[in-house]
Amino acid sequence: MALDLILLIIIVICAFAAVQMRDLLSAALVLGACSLIMAVIWTRLNAVDVAFTEASVGAGITTVLMIAALSRTRRGEEGGEERDMGWVHDGAANKRFIFRHIAMLIVVLVTMGVLIYGTMDMPDFGDPDAPAHTHVARRYIEKSREETGVKNFVTAVLVSYRGYDTLGETTVIFTAGIAVVLLLRKQRR
Amino acid sequence: MIELVAGKYNYWIYIVLMMIGFYAMIAKENLIKKVIGINIFQAAVFLFYVSMAKVTGGTAPIEWHEAHVYDNPLPHALMLTGIVVSVSTTAVALALIIRIYGAYGTMEEDRILEINEGRDMGDTL
Repeated sequence: MALDLILLIIIVICAFAAVQMRDLLSAALVLGACSLIMAVIWTRLNAVDVAFTEASVGAGITTVLMIAALSRTRRGEEGGEERDMGWVHDGAANKRFIFRHIAMLIVVLVTMGVLIYGTMDMPDFGDPDAPAHTHVARRYIEKSREETGVKNFVTAVLVSYRGYDTLGETTVIFTAGIAVVLLLRKQRR
Repeated sequence: MIELVAGKYNYWIYIVLMMIGFYAMIAKENLIKKVIGINIFQAAVFLFYVSMAKVTGGTAPIEWHEAHVYDNPLPHALMLTGIVVSVSTTAVALALIIRIYGAYGTMEEDRILEINEGRDMGDTL
């Protein structure tokens, strides 16, 4: 439990750093590190299939995509210093800037409060009687071996019981691939 | 009180993580930062789901003769799909950002809005 807590805190720190860094390349790499630690957490939660996918797709491909996008745009965040200077020069714009950020912070904190209030009704972590475990999941565990012949229940659910979900997933990937190709092809002309 | 914290603290950490992503999505001007925020937000949702699959004393959901209790395989399967879809959306978002950068020469949201306002005024004048 202590190890899990430490890993979760490292993830929160990494996420905060990725959001606050001015250098976008560093932010992308910290996000990749965040994903990799997430893969460790998923191994700790016994979600080995998810850990594999996260380590290869989340930490790998996302980071590569980010670096590829940064190589075709710019590495730094613009206007950071100028905004700091605006503190001195343009009082009205600066006031607007601060007001907007305080308003957004309030929105974020209210959302956080509502979500934490929502967790009060949630079953405790690891509760065997949680509603999530009492319906279809039991059948997947008991019957999937004889019904699908697969030893890994996650694979059985993914490709057999919920095969249409996976079909939808591949449709999404295909659509995304076409969209990326169409978006980037026009630029070269 | 201690029971409440011990049973729910992981959900609260996911909510904090989600709110970091949410703040990046609404408050950061840089479009890449917004994409990073979306990624963090999605990661928090995945963590939330996968932690719901955990059963005390359960082993990984793969058939094993020594196992008595298995973790719930359904959230794992759903989140596998979710991770792949999140990468697809990231790819499309980054392609859009490259196009926006090509058209405006910037990827700061406020600059883009300024340029758009300038263009509108140029049209009316």
